[in-house]
Amino acid sequence: MRAHSLQIRTPEGIVFSQLLASPVTRFLAWLVDLLCISTVITTFGFLLVPLQLISVDLASGVATLSYFAISIGYGVCFEWWWRGQTIGKKLLRLRVVDAEALRLQFSQIALRNLLRFVDSLPLFYLVGGLVCWFSSKSQRLGDIAANTVVVRFPRVSEPDLDQLLAGKYNSLRNYPHLCARLRQRVSPIEASVVLQSLLRRDDLDLADRIQLFADLAAYFREKVEFPLEATTGIADEQYLRNVTDVLFRAQDARHTQGPKPAGQVAA
Amino acid sequence: MIIDLDRFVAAERPFWTELEGLLDKLEADPNRQMSLEGVRRFHFLYERTASALAKITTFSAEPETRRYLENLVARAYGEIHETREKRTRLHLLDWFFRTLPQTFRQHVRAFQVSLAITVVGCAFGGLAILLDPASKPVLMPFPHLLQDPAKRVAEEEHARSDRLAGQKTSFSAFLMTHNIRVSILTMAMGMSWGVGTIILLFYNGVMLGAVAADYIRAGQTKFLLGWLLPHGVVEIPAILIAGQAGLVLAFALVGWGNRNSLRVRLRIVSRDIVTLIFGVGVLLVWAGIVEAFLSQYHEPVLPYSVKITFGIVELVLLTLYLSRSGKS
Repeated sequence: MRAHSLQIRTPEGIVFSQLLASPVTRFLAWLVDLLCISTVITTFGFLLVPLQLISVDLASGVATLSYFAISIGYGVCFEWWWRGQTIGKKLLRLRVVDAEALRLQFSQIALRNLLRFVDSLPLFYLVGGLVCWFSSKSQRLGDIAANTVVVRFPRVSEPDLDQLLAGKYNSLRNYPHLCARLRQRVSPIEASVVLQSLLRRDDLDLADRIQLFADLAAYFREKVEFPLEATTGIADEQYLRNVTDVLFRAQDARHTQGPKPAGQVAA
Repeated sequence: MIIDLDRFVAAERPFWTELEGLLDKLEADPNRQMSLEGVRRFHFLYERTASALAKITTFSAEPETRRYLENLVARAYGEIHETREKRTRLHLLDWFFRTLPQTFRQHVRAFQVSLAITVVGCAFGGLAILLDPASKPVLMPFPHLLQDPAKRVAEEEHARSDRLAGQKTSFSAFLMTHNIRVSILTMAMGMSWGVGTIILLFYNGVMLGAVAADYIRAGQTKFLLGWLLPHGVVEIPAILIAGQAGLVLAFALVGWGNRNSLRVRLRIVSRDIVTLIFGVGVLLVWAGIVEAFLSQYHEPVLPYSVKITFGIVELVLLTLYLSRSGKS
Protein backbone atom coordinates (compact mmCIF):
# COMPACT_ATOMS: atom_id res chain seq x y z
CA MET A 1 0.00 0.00 0.00
CA ARG A 2 1.23 3.45 -0.90
CA ALA A 3 2.21 5.65 2.05
CA HIS A 4 1.53 9.36 2.01
CA SER A 5 4.51 10.37 4.06
CA LEU A 6 8.04 9.30 4.73
CA GLN A 7 8.54 8.82 8.47
CA ILE A 8 12.07 9.01 9.81
CA ARG A 9 12.92 8.12 13.38
CA THR A 10 16.24 9.54 14.48
CA PRO A 11 18.51 7.67 16.94
CA GLU A 12 17.44 10.31 19.47
CA GLY A 13 13.87 9.04 19.14
CA ILE A 14 12.55 12.08 17.30
CA VAL A 15 10.13 11.35 14.48
CA PHE A 16 9.79 13.67 11.54
CA SER A 17 7.85 13.15 8.37
CA GLN A 18 7.94 14.40 4.82
CA LEU A 19 5.01 14.21 2.42
CA LEU A 20 5.60 11.90 -0.54
CA ALA A 21 4.80 13.24 -3.98
CA SER A 22 2.12 11.36 -5.89
CA PRO A 23 2.83 9.89 -9.36
CA VAL A 24 0.46 12.43 -10.92
CA THR A 25 2.25 15.43 -9.40
CA ARG A 26 5.56 13.99 -10.50
CA PHE A 27 4.26 13.50 -14.02
CA LEU A 28 3.17 17.14 -14.14
CA ALA A 29 6.62 18.23 -12.96
CA TRP A 30 8.15 16.07 -15.68
CA LEU A 31 5.95 17.76 -18.30
CA VAL A 32 7.23 21.15 -17.18
CA ASP A 33 10.80 19.86 -17.35
CA LEU A 34 10.16 18.44 -20.81
CA LEU A 35 8.99 21.88 -21.90
CA CYS A 36 12.13 23.45 -20.42
CA ILE A 37 14.38 20.92 -22.17
CA SER A 38 12.62 21.54 -25.48
CA THR A 39 13.00 25.29 -25.04
CA VAL A 40 16.72 25.02 -24.24
CA ILE A 41 17.33 22.70 -27.19
CA THR A 42 15.42 24.97 -29.59
CA THR A 43 17.30 28.02 -28.33
CA PHE A 44 20.58 26.18 -28.71
CA GLY A 45 19.58 25.23 -32.26
CA PHE A 46 19.16 28.92 -33.10
CA LEU A 47 22.54 29.70 -31.56
CA LEU A 48 24.13 27.11 -33.84
CA VAL A 49 22.93 28.83 -37.03
CA PRO A 50 26.13 30.94 -37.36
CA LEU A 51 28.17 27.75 -36.98
CA GLN A 52 26.39 26.34 -40.02
CA LEU A 53 27.97 29.10 -42.09
CA ILE A 54 31.39 27.72 -41.17
CA SER A 55 30.55 24.01 -41.43
CA VAL A 56 27.19 22.29 -41.72
CA ASP A 57 28.79 19.02 -40.63
CA LEU A 58 30.28 20.58 -37.50
CA ALA A 59 27.00 22.31 -36.63
CA SER A 60 25.08 19.07 -37.09
CA GLY A 61 27.56 17.17 -34.90
CA VAL A 62 27.44 19.81 -32.17
CA ALA A 63 23.62 19.81 -32.33
CA THR A 64 23.47 16.02 -31.93
CA LEU A 65 25.86 16.06 -28.98
CA SER A 66 24.22 19.04 -27.30
CA TYR A 67 20.74 17.55 -27.65
CA PHE A 68 21.99 14.37 -26.01
CA ALA A 69 23.90 16.22 -23.28
CA ILE A 70 21.01 18.57 -22.47
CA SER A 71 18.37 15.83 -22.36
CA ILE A 72 20.46 13.71 -19.99
CA GLY A 73 22.31 16.45 -18.13
CA TYR A 74 19.28 18.65 -17.39
CA GLY A 75 17.99 16.51 -14.53
CA VAL A 76 21.44 15.66 -13.18
CA CYS A 77 22.71 19.25 -13.15
CA PHE A 78 19.59 20.91 -11.78
CA GLU A 79 19.03 18.31 -9.09
CA TRP A 80 22.67 18.66 -8.07
CA TRP A 81 22.80 22.46 -8.07
CA TRP A 82 19.35 22.97 -6.55
CA ARG A 83 19.64 20.14 -4.04
CA GLY A 84 17.11 17.77 -5.53
CA GLN A 85 15.01 20.16 -7.57
CA THR A 86 14.52 20.87 -11.26
CA ILE A 87 12.45 23.73 -12.62
CA GLY A 88 9.36 21.50 -12.79
CA LYS A 89 9.91 20.19 -9.28
CA LYS A 90 10.45 23.72 -7.96
CA LEU A 91 7.20 24.91 -9.50
CA LEU A 92 5.26 22.00 -8.04
CA ARG A 93 7.10 22.22 -4.71
CA LEU A 94 8.74 18.81 -5.03
CA ARG A 95 12.23 17.75 -4.03
CA VAL A 96 14.33 14.61 -4.42
CA VAL A 97 15.68 13.49 -1.05
CA ASP A 98 17.55 10.48 0.25
CA ALA A 99 15.14 7.75 1.36
CA GLU A 100 16.77 7.74 4.78
CA ALA A 101 16.90 11.53 4.95
CA LEU A 102 20.68 11.52 4.65
CA ARG A 103 22.65 13.93 2.49
CA LEU A 104 21.84 13.47 -1.20
CA GLN A 105 24.93 12.27 -3.09
CA PHE A 106 25.87 13.04 -6.67
CA SER A 107 25.93 9.32 -7.50
CA GLN A 108 22.31 9.01 -6.35
CA ILE A 109 21.22 11.90 -8.56
CA ALA A 110 23.15 10.55 -11.56
CA LEU A 111 21.83 7.02 -11.10
CA ARG A 112 18.17 7.99 -10.73
CA ASN A 113 18.42 10.14 -13.85
CA LEU A 114 20.25 7.50 -15.90
CA LEU A 115 17.64 4.94 -15.00
CA ARG A 116 15.06 7.07 -16.76
CA PHE A 117 16.09 4.96 -19.76
CA VAL A 118 14.10 2.03 -18.33
CA ASP A 119 11.52 4.06 -16.48
CA SER A 120 10.50 5.82 -19.67
CA LEU A 121 9.90 2.52 -21.51
CA PRO A 122 7.96 1.85 -23.65
CA LEU A 123 6.76 5.47 -23.81
CA PHE A 124 5.60 8.28 -21.52
CA TYR A 125 7.20 6.73 -18.44
CA LEU A 126 4.79 3.82 -18.40
CA VAL A 127 7.18 1.46 -16.60
CA GLY A 128 8.27 4.14 -14.12
CA GLY A 129 4.69 5.31 -13.59
CA LEU A 130 3.40 1.81 -12.87
CA VAL A 131 6.27 1.01 -10.52
CA CYS A 132 5.74 4.37 -8.79
CA TRP A 133 2.01 3.72 -8.46
CA PHE A 134 2.49 0.35 -6.79
CA SER A 135 5.56 1.31 -4.75
CA SER A 136 4.97 1.90 -1.05
CA LYS A 137 7.06 5.08 -1.22
CA SER A 138 6.01 6.19 -4.70
CA GLN A 139 9.41 5.32 -6.10
CA ARG A 140 10.11 4.65 -9.76
CA LEU A 141 12.90 2.21 -10.67
CA GLY A 142 15.49 5.01 -10.67
CA ASP A 143 14.48 6.01 -7.15
CA ILE A 144 14.65 2.43 -5.91
CA ALA A 145 18.15 1.96 -7.35
CA ALA A 146 19.39 5.31 -6.07
CA ASN A 147 17.58 5.03 -2.74
CA THR A 148 15.78 8.31 -3.17
CA VAL A 149 12.21 9.52 -2.81
CA VAL A 150 10.45 12.61 -4.10
CA VAL A 151 8.80 14.64 -1.37
CA ARG A 152 6.30 17.46 -1.52
CA PHE A 153 6.44 20.71 0.40
CA PRO A 154 2.91 22.07 0.28
CA ARG A 155 2.46 25.72 1.03
CA VAL A 156 0.89 25.80 4.48
CA SER A 157 -1.86 28.34 4.20
CA GLU A 158 -3.22 29.98 7.28
CA PRO A 159 -6.98 29.55 7.65
CA ASP A 160 -8.91 32.75 7.22
CA LEU A 161 -9.60 33.18 10.91
CA ASP A 162 -10.67 36.78 10.57
CA GLN A 163 -13.58 35.66 8.45
CA LEU A 164 -14.46 33.01 11.04
CA LEU A 165 -14.11 35.11 14.12
CA ALA A 166 -15.38 38.36 12.63
CA GLY A 167 -13.64 40.48 15.26
CA LYS A 168 -15.90 39.31 18.06
CA TYR A 169 -14.91 39.42 21.67
CA ASN A 170 -13.52 36.09 22.89
CA SER A 171 -14.43 35.57 26.52
CA LEU A 172 -12.14 32.53 26.83
CA ARG A 173 -9.11 34.74 26.38
CA ASN A 174 -9.71 36.25 29.81
CA TYR A 175 -8.26 33.02 31.21
CA PRO A 176 -4.83 32.63 29.65
CA HIS A 177 -3.85 29.67 31.83
CA LEU A 178 -6.96 27.75 30.72
CA CYS A 179 -6.32 28.74 27.10
CA ALA A 180 -2.80 27.33 27.40
CA ARG A 181 -4.19 24.11 28.86
CA LEU A 182 -6.72 23.85 26.02
CA ARG A 183 -4.00 24.24 23.39
CA GLN A 184 -1.94 21.62 25.12
CA ARG A 185 -4.74 19.06 25.43
CA VAL A 186 -6.23 19.33 21.96
CA SER A 187 -4.58 17.12 19.35
CA PRO A 188 -3.82 18.40 15.82
CA ILE A 189 -6.61 16.22 14.40
CA GLU A 190 -9.17 17.53 16.87
CA ALA A 191 -8.16 21.10 16.09
CA SER A 192 -8.49 20.41 12.40
CA VAL A 193 -11.98 18.94 12.90
CA VAL A 194 -13.31 21.99 14.69
CA LEU A 195 -11.76 24.34 12.14
CA GLN A 196 -13.15 22.42 9.18
CA SER A 197 -16.60 22.20 10.73
CA LEU A 198 -16.69 26.00 10.98
CA LEU A 199 -15.27 26.55 7.51
CA ARG A 200 -17.89 24.22 5.98
CA ARG A 201 -20.85 25.36 8.05
CA ASP A 202 -22.78 26.58 5.01
CA ASP A 203 -22.50 23.19 3.34
CA LEU A 204 -24.38 21.52 6.18
CA ASP A 205 -28.11 21.25 6.67
CA LEU A 206 -29.38 23.44 9.50
CA ALA A 207 -30.41 20.57 11.78
CA ASP A 208 -27.20 18.64 11.12
CA ARG A 209 -25.13 21.72 11.71
CA ILE A 210 -26.79 22.46 15.06
CA GLN A 211 -26.34 18.84 16.13
CA LEU A 212 -22.70 18.75 14.99
CA PHE A 213 -21.80 21.99 16.75
CA ALA A 214 -23.59 20.81 19.92
CA ASP A 215 -21.61 17.55 19.94
CA LEU A 216 -18.32 19.29 19.24
CA ALA A 217 -18.94 21.99 21.84
CA ALA A 218 -19.77 19.36 24.46
CA TYR A 219 -16.60 17.49 23.58
CA PHE A 220 -14.38 20.56 23.86
CA ARG A 221 -16.10 21.73 27.04
CA GLU A 222 -14.96 18.48 28.63
CA LYS A 223 -11.38 19.05 27.53
CA VAL A 224 -10.97 22.16 29.65
CA GLU A 225 -13.63 23.54 31.93
CA PHE A 226 -13.84 27.34 31.67
CA PRO A 227 -15.64 29.32 34.40
CA LEU A 228 -19.35 29.83 33.86
CA GLU A 229 -19.01 33.58 33.28
CA ALA A 230 -16.87 32.83 30.23
CA THR A 231 -19.32 30.42 28.63
CA THR A 232 -22.78 31.38 29.80
CA GLY A 233 -24.99 32.73 27.05
CA ILE A 234 -22.66 31.65 24.27
CA ALA A 235 -24.14 29.50 21.52
CA ASP A 236 -22.35 26.26 20.66
CA GLU A 237 -21.16 27.64 17.37
CA GLN A 238 -19.74 30.76 18.98
CA TYR A 239 -18.09 28.63 21.64
CA LEU A 240 -16.37 26.64 18.88
CA ARG A 241 -15.30 29.86 17.17
CA ASN A 242 -13.74 31.00 20.43
CA VAL A 243 -11.99 27.65 20.83
CA THR A 244 -10.66 27.92 17.25
CA ASP A 245 -9.40 31.41 18.01
CA VAL A 246 -7.53 30.10 21.03
CA LEU A 247 -6.11 27.11 19.15
CA PHE A 248 -5.07 28.73 15.91
CA ARG A 249 -4.22 32.25 16.90
CA ALA A 250 -1.45 32.37 19.45
CA GLN A 251 -1.99 36.04 20.21
CA ASP A 252 -4.08 38.68 18.59
CA ALA A 253 -3.50 42.28 19.43
CA ARG A 254 -6.78 43.35 17.89
CA HIS A 255 -8.83 41.52 20.48
CA THR A 256 -9.15 42.49 24.07
CA GLN A 257 -6.96 40.20 26.08
CA GLY A 258 -8.76 40.83 29.31
CA PRO A 259 -8.77 43.87 31.56
CA LYS A 260 -5.84 46.19 30.99
CA PRO A 261 -3.56 46.80 33.94
CA ALA A 262 -4.46 49.83 35.94
CA GLY A 263 -2.96 53.02 34.66
CA GLN A 264 -2.47 51.79 31.07
CA VAL A 265 -3.91 54.15 28.53
CA ALA A 266 -5.61 52.66 25.55
CA ALA A 267 -4.10 53.80 22.26
CA MET B 1 4.74 19.76 28.15
CA ILE B 2 4.62 23.38 27.04
CA ILE B 3 2.51 25.67 29.12
CA ASP B 4 3.09 28.88 27.20
CA LEU B 5 3.67 28.16 23.54
CA ASP B 6 4.36 31.76 22.60
CA ARG B 7 7.07 32.08 25.17
CA PHE B 8 8.51 28.73 24.17
CA VAL B 9 8.68 29.68 20.47
CA ALA B 10 10.13 33.08 21.30
CA ALA B 11 12.81 31.50 23.50
CA GLU B 12 13.76 28.79 21.01
CA ARG B 13 13.62 30.73 17.75
CA PRO B 14 17.18 32.14 18.01
CA PHE B 15 18.53 28.57 18.17
CA TRP B 16 16.49 27.54 15.13
CA THR B 17 17.64 30.58 13.19
CA GLU B 18 21.26 29.86 14.10
CA LEU B 19 20.90 26.23 12.98
CA GLU B 20 19.25 27.31 9.73
CA GLY B 21 22.13 29.71 9.05
CA LEU B 22 24.69 26.98 9.68
CA LEU B 23 22.85 24.58 7.39
CA ASP B 24 22.65 27.18 4.63
CA LYS B 25 26.41 27.67 4.83
CA LEU B 26 27.08 23.91 4.86
CA GLU B 27 24.85 23.29 1.87
CA ALA B 28 26.24 26.22 -0.09
CA ASP B 29 29.82 25.11 0.44
CA PRO B 30 30.11 21.33 0.81
CA ASN B 31 33.86 21.57 1.39
CA ARG B 32 33.43 23.79 4.42
CA GLN B 33 35.36 22.48 7.41
CA MET B 34 34.04 23.16 10.90
CA SER B 35 36.21 23.49 13.97
CA LEU B 36 35.67 21.11 16.88
CA GLU B 37 33.87 23.88 18.71
CA GLY B 38 31.73 24.53 15.62
CA VAL B 39 30.79 20.85 15.33
CA ARG B 40 29.85 20.75 19.00
CA ARG B 41 27.67 23.83 18.58
CA PHE B 42 26.07 22.35 15.47
CA HIS B 43 25.28 19.14 17.30
CA PHE B 44 23.86 21.07 20.25
CA LEU B 45 21.61 23.12 17.96
CA TYR B 46 20.43 19.97 16.17
CA GLU B 47 19.52 18.26 19.43
CA ARG B 48 17.82 21.36 20.78
CA THR B 49 15.75 21.79 17.62
CA ALA B 50 14.88 18.08 17.55
CA SER B 51 13.77 18.33 21.12
CA ALA B 52 11.61 21.37 20.28
CA LEU B 53 10.05 19.41 17.44
CA ALA B 54 9.21 16.56 19.81
CA LYS B 55 7.53 19.02 22.17
CA ILE B 56 5.62 20.92 19.54
CA THR B 57 4.43 17.79 17.70
CA THR B 58 1.76 17.27 20.35
CA PHE B 59 0.49 20.77 19.82
CA SER B 60 -2.59 21.29 17.74
CA ALA B 61 -2.34 24.67 16.21
CA GLU B 62 1.20 25.10 15.02
CA PRO B 63 1.30 23.34 11.64
CA GLU B 64 3.69 25.88 10.15
CA THR B 65 6.09 25.80 13.07
CA ARG B 66 6.01 22.02 13.12
CA ARG B 67 6.65 21.79 9.37
CA TYR B 68 9.45 24.35 9.66
CA LEU B 69 11.06 22.36 12.46
CA GLU B 70 10.61 19.07 10.60
CA ASN B 71 12.37 20.56 7.62
CA LEU B 72 15.16 21.93 9.80
CA VAL B 73 15.64 18.65 11.68
CA ALA B 74 15.59 16.67 8.42
CA ARG B 75 18.35 18.85 6.94
CA ALA B 76 20.48 18.72 10.07
CA TYR B 77 19.87 14.98 10.47
CA GLY B 78 21.24 14.40 6.96
CA GLU B 79 24.40 16.36 7.79
CA ILE B 80 24.99 14.76 11.18
CA HIS B 81 24.19 11.12 10.46
CA GLU B 82 25.77 10.90 6.99
CA THR B 83 28.69 8.48 7.13
CA ARG B 84 29.51 8.30 3.43
CA GLU B 85 32.45 10.27 2.13
CA LYS B 86 31.58 13.92 1.82
CA ARG B 87 31.36 15.20 -1.74
CA THR B 88 34.50 17.00 -2.72
CA ARG B 89 35.64 18.77 -5.84
CA LEU B 90 35.93 16.37 -8.73
CA HIS B 91 39.50 15.76 -9.88
CA LEU B 92 39.04 14.47 -13.39
CA LEU B 93 42.52 13.01 -13.81
CA ASP B 94 42.41 11.30 -10.44
CA TRP B 95 38.98 9.93 -11.25
CA PHE B 96 40.12 8.64 -14.65
CA PHE B 97 43.46 7.14 -13.63
CA ARG B 98 42.51 5.84 -10.17
CA THR B 99 38.81 5.66 -9.36
CA LEU B 100 37.57 4.21 -12.64
CA PRO B 101 40.12 1.38 -13.07
CA GLN B 102 39.93 0.56 -9.34
CA THR B 103 36.16 0.30 -9.55
CA PHE B 104 36.46 -1.86 -12.66
CA ARG B 105 38.80 -4.25 -10.86
CA GLN B 106 36.63 -4.29 -7.77
CA HIS B 107 33.77 -5.71 -9.84
CA VAL B 108 35.86 -7.71 -12.28
CA ARG B 109 33.74 -10.82 -11.80
CA ALA B 110 30.72 -9.00 -13.17
CA PHE B 111 32.88 -8.00 -16.15
CA GLN B 112 33.86 -11.65 -16.67
CA VAL B 113 30.20 -12.66 -16.63
CA SER B 114 29.44 -9.86 -19.09
CA LEU B 115 32.27 -11.07 -21.34
CA ALA B 116 31.14 -14.70 -21.11
CA ILE B 117 27.56 -13.77 -22.14
CA THR B 118 28.88 -11.81 -25.11
CA VAL B 119 31.21 -14.66 -26.13
CA VAL B 120 28.30 -17.11 -26.00
CA GLY B 121 26.30 -14.67 -28.13
CA CYS B 122 29.22 -14.39 -30.59
CA ALA B 123 29.46 -18.17 -30.86
CA PHE B 124 25.72 -18.42 -31.43
CA GLY B 125 25.74 -15.68 -34.10
CA GLY B 126 28.80 -17.13 -35.83
CA LEU B 127 27.39 -20.65 -35.89
CA ALA B 128 24.02 -19.42 -37.09
CA ILE B 129 25.63 -17.65 -40.08
CA LEU B 130 27.84 -20.62 -40.90
CA LEU B 131 25.01 -23.14 -40.67
CA ASP B 132 22.28 -20.95 -42.14
CA PRO B 133 23.55 -18.03 -44.26
CA ALA B 134 19.95 -17.10 -45.05
CA SER B 135 19.51 -15.96 -41.47
CA LYS B 136 21.70 -12.91 -42.19
CA PRO B 137 18.86 -10.34 -42.37
CA VAL B 138 17.62 -11.51 -38.96
CA LEU B 139 21.00 -11.53 -37.28
CA MET B 140 22.34 -8.29 -38.79
CA PRO B 141 19.56 -5.73 -39.07
CA PHE B 142 21.80 -3.15 -40.78
CA PRO B 143 21.40 -2.66 -44.57
CA HIS B 144 25.11 -2.04 -45.25
CA LEU B 145 26.01 -5.39 -43.69
CA LEU B 146 23.60 -7.41 -45.77
CA GLN B 147 25.54 -7.29 -49.02
CA ASP B 148 28.19 -9.84 -49.94
CA PRO B 149 31.39 -9.07 -47.90
CA ALA B 150 33.67 -9.55 -50.92
CA LYS B 151 31.56 -7.13 -52.96
CA ARG B 152 31.59 -4.56 -50.17
CA VAL B 153 35.38 -4.83 -49.77
CA ALA B 154 35.83 -4.34 -53.51
CA GLU B 155 33.58 -1.27 -53.44
CA GLU B 156 35.36 0.22 -50.43
CA GLU B 157 38.83 -0.38 -51.86
CA HIS B 158 37.98 1.04 -55.26
CA ALA B 159 36.02 3.99 -54.05
CA ARG B 160 37.13 7.17 -55.85
CA SER B 161 35.58 9.60 -53.46
CA ASP B 162 35.34 9.94 -49.70
CA ARG B 163 31.79 8.81 -48.95
CA LEU B 164 31.94 10.42 -45.51
CA ALA B 165 33.18 13.76 -46.81
CA GLY B 166 31.29 16.58 -45.15
CA GLN B 167 29.60 14.37 -42.58
CA LYS B 168 32.39 12.90 -40.47
CA THR B 169 31.67 15.06 -37.42
CA SER B 170 27.94 14.42 -37.48
CA PHE B 171 28.56 10.69 -38.08
CA SER B 172 30.96 10.63 -35.16
CA ALA B 173 28.43 12.44 -32.93
CA PHE B 174 25.72 10.02 -33.99
CA LEU B 175 27.92 7.02 -33.14
CA MET B 176 28.84 8.46 -29.74
CA THR B 177 25.29 9.26 -28.70
CA HIS B 178 23.83 6.03 -30.08
CA ASN B 179 26.41 3.83 -28.38
CA ILE B 180 26.16 5.73 -25.08
CA ARG B 181 22.37 5.35 -25.19
CA VAL B 182 22.69 1.60 -25.75
CA SER B 183 25.24 1.36 -22.93
CA ILE B 184 23.09 3.28 -20.47
CA LEU B 185 20.14 1.07 -21.38
CA THR B 186 22.29 -2.04 -20.87
CA MET B 187 23.26 -0.77 -17.43
CA ALA B 188 19.73 0.36 -16.53
CA MET B 189 18.30 -3.01 -17.52
CA GLY B 190 20.08 -4.36 -14.45
CA MET B 191 16.89 -3.31 -12.67
CA SER B 192 15.14 -6.24 -14.36
CA TRP B 193 17.22 -8.49 -12.08
CA GLY B 194 19.79 -8.55 -14.87
CA VAL B 195 17.55 -10.24 -17.43
CA GLY B 196 17.45 -7.21 -19.73
CA THR B 197 21.21 -6.69 -19.41
CA ILE B 198 21.89 -10.33 -20.29
CA ILE B 199 19.59 -10.16 -23.31
CA LEU B 200 21.23 -6.99 -24.62
CA LEU B 201 24.75 -8.38 -24.12
CA PHE B 202 23.81 -11.64 -25.79
CA TYR B 203 22.15 -9.85 -28.72
CA ASN B 204 25.19 -7.62 -29.15
CA GLY B 205 27.37 -10.74 -29.15
CA VAL B 206 25.15 -12.42 -31.73
CA MET B 207 25.49 -9.48 -34.14
CA LEU B 208 29.24 -9.30 -33.62
CA GLY B 209 29.70 -13.05 -34.10
CA ALA B 210 27.50 -13.07 -37.19
CA VAL B 211 29.39 -10.19 -38.85
CA ALA B 212 32.77 -11.74 -38.01
CA ALA B 213 31.76 -15.19 -39.30
CA ASP B 214 30.28 -13.68 -42.48
CA TYR B 215 33.51 -11.84 -43.37
CA ILE B 216 35.81 -14.71 -42.35
CA ARG B 217 33.72 -17.15 -44.40
CA ALA B 218 34.10 -14.80 -47.39
CA GLY B 219 37.89 -14.68 -46.90
CA GLN B 220 37.90 -11.05 -45.83
CA THR B 221 39.52 -11.49 -42.40
CA LYS B 222 42.15 -8.82 -43.02
CA PHE B 223 39.52 -6.26 -44.01
CA LEU B 224 37.41 -7.24 -41.02
CA LEU B 225 40.29 -6.71 -38.62
CA GLY B 226 41.29 -3.44 -40.26
CA TRP B 227 37.70 -2.25 -40.15
CA LEU B 228 36.69 -3.34 -36.64
CA LEU B 229 39.87 -3.26 -34.54
CA PRO B 230 40.58 0.50 -34.42
CA HIS B 231 37.26 1.37 -32.78
CA GLY B 232 36.03 -2.07 -31.73
CA VAL B 233 38.78 -2.70 -29.20
CA VAL B 234 37.44 0.28 -27.24
CA GLU B 235 33.76 0.13 -28.17
CA ILE B 236 33.21 -3.55 -27.36
CA PRO B 237 34.93 -3.37 -23.93
CA ALA B 238 32.87 -0.25 -23.24
CA ILE B 239 29.64 -2.16 -23.90
CA LEU B 240 30.99 -4.99 -21.74
CA ILE B 241 31.66 -2.52 -18.91
CA ALA B 242 28.11 -1.19 -19.29
CA GLY B 243 26.99 -4.81 -18.95
CA GLN B 244 29.25 -5.12 -15.93
CA ALA B 245 27.52 -2.10 -14.34
CA GLY B 246 24.12 -3.62 -15.12
CA LEU B 247 25.14 -6.91 -13.56
CA VAL B 248 26.52 -5.16 -10.46
CA LEU B 249 23.10 -3.52 -10.12
CA ALA B 250 21.39 -6.87 -10.69
CA PHE B 251 23.60 -8.65 -8.12
CA ALA B 252 22.74 -5.95 -5.58
CA LEU B 253 19.04 -6.41 -6.31
CA VAL B 254 19.15 -10.18 -6.07
CA GLY B 255 21.52 -10.17 -3.10
CA TRP B 256 22.69 -13.77 -3.16
CA GLY B 257 24.87 -14.49 -0.15
CA ASN B 258 24.54 -10.93 1.08
CA ARG B 259 22.85 -10.41 4.42
CA ASN B 260 22.50 -6.65 3.98
CA SER B 261 19.08 -5.22 3.23
CA LEU B 262 18.23 -4.26 -0.35
CA ARG B 263 18.56 -0.60 0.53
CA VAL B 264 22.05 -1.08 1.95
CA ARG B 265 23.16 -3.25 -0.97
CA LEU B 266 22.03 -0.65 -3.48
CA ARG B 267 23.59 2.14 -1.46
CA ILE B 268 26.93 0.32 -1.49
CA VAL B 269 27.06 -0.12 -5.28
CA SER B 270 25.37 3.05 -6.55
CA ARG B 271 28.56 5.10 -6.70
CA ASP B 272 30.44 2.29 -8.47
CA ILE B 273 27.71 1.93 -11.07
CA VAL B 274 27.82 5.64 -11.83
CA THR B 275 31.63 5.56 -12.03
CA LEU B 276 31.53 2.64 -14.48
CA ILE B 277 28.89 4.17 -16.72
CA PHE B 278 30.67 7.53 -16.84
CA GLY B 279 33.82 5.62 -17.80
CA VAL B 280 31.87 3.90 -20.55
CA GLY B 281 30.85 7.33 -21.82
CA VAL B 282 34.49 8.45 -22.02
CA LEU B 283 35.53 5.29 -23.88
CA LEU B 284 32.66 5.60 -26.34
CA VAL B 285 33.51 9.21 -27.16
CA TRP B 286 36.98 8.01 -28.17
CA ALA B 287 35.53 5.04 -30.09
CA GLY B 288 33.13 7.36 -31.94
CA ILE B 289 35.96 9.61 -33.06
CA VAL B 290 38.08 6.66 -34.23
CA GLU B 291 35.20 4.96 -36.03
CA ALA B 292 34.24 8.05 -38.01
CA PHE B 293 37.69 9.39 -38.76
CA LEU B 294 39.77 6.19 -39.10
CA SER B 295 37.87 2.91 -39.25
CA GLN B 296 35.91 3.80 -42.40
CA TYR B 297 39.07 4.33 -44.48
CA HIS B 298 40.60 1.26 -46.06
CA GLU B 299 43.39 0.35 -48.44
CA PRO B 300 44.75 1.97 -50.50
CA VAL B 301 43.98 5.15 -48.48
CA LEU B 302 45.08 3.54 -45.21
CA PRO B 303 47.01 0.23 -45.12
CA TYR B 304 45.31 -2.48 -43.12
CA SER B 305 48.57 -3.16 -41.28
CA VAL B 306 48.51 0.37 -39.88
CA LYS B 307 44.88 0.06 -38.78
CA ILE B 308 45.42 -3.36 -37.24
CA THR B 309 48.56 -2.19 -35.44
CA PHE B 310 46.66 0.86 -34.17
CA GLY B 311 43.91 -1.38 -32.86
CA ILE B 312 46.37 -3.73 -31.13
CA VAL B 313 48.18 -0.81 -29.50
CA GLU B 314 44.84 0.55 -28.24
CA LEU B 315 43.89 -2.86 -26.86
CA VAL B 316 47.22 -3.23 -25.04
CA LEU B 317 46.91 0.27 -23.58
CA LEU B 318 43.31 -0.33 -22.52
CA THR B 319 44.24 -3.64 -20.91
CA LEU B 320 47.15 -2.04 -19.07
CA TYR B 321 44.95 0.86 -18.02
CA LEU B 322 42.18 -1.30 -16.62
CA SER B 323 44.48 -3.82 -14.97
CA ARG B 324 47.29 -1.60 -13.67
CA SER B 325 46.21 2.02 -13.40
CA GLY B 326 45.68 3.28 -9.87
CA LYS B 327 47.21 0.22 -8.24
CA SER B 328 49.78 2.21 -6.28
